[in-house]
Amino acid sequence: MQTAFKSSVQSALHNANLTGALGKFSEAYKVNRAKAYEAIDFEALRSVIADRKSYAATHLDELAARFTENAIALGAHVFRANSPEQAKSYILKVAQDHGVKTVVKSKSMASEEIHLNAALEAGGCTVSETDLGEWIIQLAGQRPSHMVMPAIHMTKEEVSDLFSKEVEERLTSDIPRLVNVAREALRPKFLAADMGISGGNIAVAETGSIVLVTNEGNARLATTLPKIHVALVGIEKLVADFADVAPILQALPKSATAQALTSYVSIITGPVPNTDGTPKELHIVLLDNRRSEMAADPQFRQALQCIRCASCLNVCPIFRLVGGHVFGKVYTGGIGTILTAWFDALKASEDIQGLCIQCGACKEVCPGKIDIPGLIMELRRRLVKEQGMPFIQKAIFSAVNNRMLFHGMLRAASIADKPFVKGSFIRHLPMFLASLTDGRSLPAIAAEPFRSRFKKIKQPSCKERAVFFAGCLIDFAYPEMGEALVRILNKAGIEVLFPDAQTCCGAPARYSGAYEVAAQNAVDNIEALLSDEAAYVVSACPTCTAALDREFEQVFESLGRRDQIAQARALAAKTIDFSTLVERLVNEGCLTLREGRALGAVTYHDSCHLKRTLRAEQAPRRLLRKAGYDVKEMFECDTCCGMGGSYSLKLPEISAPMLARKLKNICDTGAGTVAMDCPGCVMQIRGGFDQADRTVQVRHTLELLDEALAD
Amino acid sequence: MFDTFKAAAETAKAEVWRFHTTEAAVSFLAGFLSENGVADAPQATALCAGGDWLSPEIRSRLAAVPGVRFGVTREGAAEAKFGISFMEWALADTGTLAQDATPVERRLVSSLVKIHIAFVPAAGLLPDLPSLLKRVNPKKAAYLALITGPSRTADIERVLTIGVHGPERLIILVIDDLPPPP
Repeated sequence: MQTAFKSSVQSALHNANLTGALGKFSEAYKVNRAKAYEAIDFEALRSVIADRKSYAATHLDELAARFTENAIALGAHVFRANSPEQAKSYILKVAQDHGVKTVVKSKSMASEEIHLNAALEAGGCTVSETDLGEWIIQLAGQRPSHMVMPAIHMTKEEVSDLFSKEVEERLTSDIPRLVNVAREALRPKFLAADMGISGGNIAVAETGSIVLVTNEGNARLATTLPKIHVALVGIEKLVADFADVAPILQALPKSATAQALTSYVSIITGPVPNTDGTPKELHIVLLDNRRSEMAADPQFRQALQCIRCASCLNVCPIFRLVGGHVFGKVYTGGIGTILTAWFDALKASEDIQGLCIQCGACKEVCPGKIDIPGLIMELRRRLVKEQGMPFIQKAIFSAVNNRMLFHGMLRAASIADKPFVKGSFIRHLPMFLASLTDGRSLPAIAAEPFRSRFKKIKQPSCKERAVFFAGCLIDFAYPEMGEALVRILNKAGIEVLFPDAQTCCGAPARYSGAYEVAAQNAVDNIEALLSDEAAYVVSACPTCTAALDREFEQVFESLGRRDQIAQARALAAKTIDFSTLVERLVNEGCLTLREGRALGAVTYHDSCHLKRTLRAEQAPRRLLRKAGYDVKEMFECDTCCGMGGSYSLKLPEISAPMLARKLKNICDTGAGTVAMDCPGCVMQIRGGFDQADRTVQVRHTLELLDEALAD
Repeated sequence: MFDTFKAAAETAKAEVWRFHTTEAAVSFLAGFLSENGVADAPQATALCAGGDWLSPEIRSRLAAVPGVRFGVTREGAAEAKFGISFMEWALADTGTLAQDATPVERRLVSSLVKIHIAFVPAAGLLPDLPSLLKRVNPKKAAYLALITGPSRTADIERVLTIGVHGPERLIILVIDDLPPPP
């Protein structure tokens, strides 16, 4: 990662205004969003939106032509701009042809994308942003830090300083007063402006309509008072039919700000009368800027289903820590990373794509049903393909791909880390490795890995068999979890097989964009795990389970290795996560939980892959309750703990505050034990409590069930 | 449907009243304007857009209130405190008002003033946005305006503040005897 990028992340993390405002907002947003969607079937609504937008993305040229024809028939001027330069020179020419001196603008991300203000100012126009947040940003000479709330990183004191300078009067930081200052300062600009510029939230091909969504009322003034209206609209805002407007308008305000509807929605279809009775000079600029190329890419086409609500920013556990400025461009957050890679260049996303921890929270709420984490993974893959991997990373992965070497290294590590071990933890590492144990201890590598211990376990004779995929953490750090799993399945009459040839599931390589490495891991594991006849392939790590269950297939698919997909599917068909399997065995009467026990309070942490990939988050809760635990839900139980595999090693400065938040939420429940289904989360959270010197028991669900099952 | 509408509109910080007759609504309005300082002076006038939904008698009663004017100009709207307009539809689920705002005076009296008062026929109540969009043809209503509560912002420290560029109050008068929109 670039040092400049690392330092911008550092300064964002230390900006208390920013993290405070974003943190508070993100907590309130989740609750308010849920309330706004209370009476609505969100899944059904977003399926309609995704369907309509996807149709538009595959028919962009046709819709642009229809839109143009319809709008022109009503008297509007329509210009399709392929590049930012074309858009800017067209708008500047309109301004110059009409002797425009002053321009008022309502919010438009597309105008920021092409740096329209600078072009108009260079052409002699005075441009005023009129959205309050945008005006603040313009006065401060900054870039918006959030797509919907551009000035969320600024305090009222900073705003009061800016406004005081602008109106040449010493103002207090009273917010209603500041808002009124903005109203009074901008009102004469609206009344005097020769041109109003707006964006467009939706453009309807069937009718030639532009839909504008605002809360402040500035778009109504900008489209009513000046005699010229220019709407700059990205072509991804096109929809085919007027009926498509309703679902987008139903979702946009709810997802953006948790409002049922914004204060104002204006649907403008052709020129309207000016205040002097003349018809409006209406120019609509349809901006392409590589959107058509995106539409032609079968994987990235879906990014055009974005309705710019910014909910992917609002639910992102990283965004709320670092804000938008670290993204370095106009579009920020998850979707911003993807748009930047296209509107600027793939290379421009090199650093920012690394911010994504792949927790999947954004994918759950996206009203356009865009697989944002999946597309960021695809960016990673293309970056690695185009530029290769950093040398050290490459060296590590080539070792991971050589199982004997990899396992040998892990064993050597268990001896090498002895001087740093205290109990079962590594609390401090020397020199450049120090940040790895900042706020979190690492588990000591087990003296004897599970693969060796397994050979000593005597199993009873059983009717059924299951293959156990341990994954690196259980194998080398938590072998006792593997032993517990064997005990549990033996009780159900299932013999556990452990094929020695199994290796890393490939997730670390895949999450770093090293798909070739991940594919080799997949090939090796498929061969190892399918070599024995068994009813199940079970894993107690949701990341590994997700790899076996679906990602092997995706990796082969991405690399075009279709001949290997059938094998991947055969493995997926047998793969099951630990808690789902155990719940099934309990329900079938093969396992019995001791009855009538009151085991006290436990809180449950949702691991990202268990909840959002495998959707198996209820099974462990039901099992724990059945065992006699009182499951007390924590605040943000499904927010990522900051582990993210190698993420916590690459960006420990972000991982640490995510963990701190998680620890606090766990402690706030008052439960003495926190359960989870992922050994990676166990590693992160146990390490966090160790370093914080708190005595909360951090247990894998299987450890708790091991104690609760009858013989 | 009215109760749903009222609750949703009030959540959006609009003020909702219901009257059986236009006459009763206008009496209420005359009182409201006086209480809130209407006067024939700058920054205190009340500007009424159109007014064809009022019968001549009722219209002249309203015109008799000092400060109430019927001819809408850009300059007049810029210095008016109150704006009065007719809005054809009300959407129950979001508490939204909708009108064909192509005539510019309708936009002026609802966007530049401090207090916007909207006359809405009870017969124009619709359940939701899709039912409105099925009913209107945008090619015949060039500027379709939807209004939900007063103008608002939360751009400074996420603190909700009412009345930025548009009205800081929205008074909705739902009236039973007004004819349904076409």
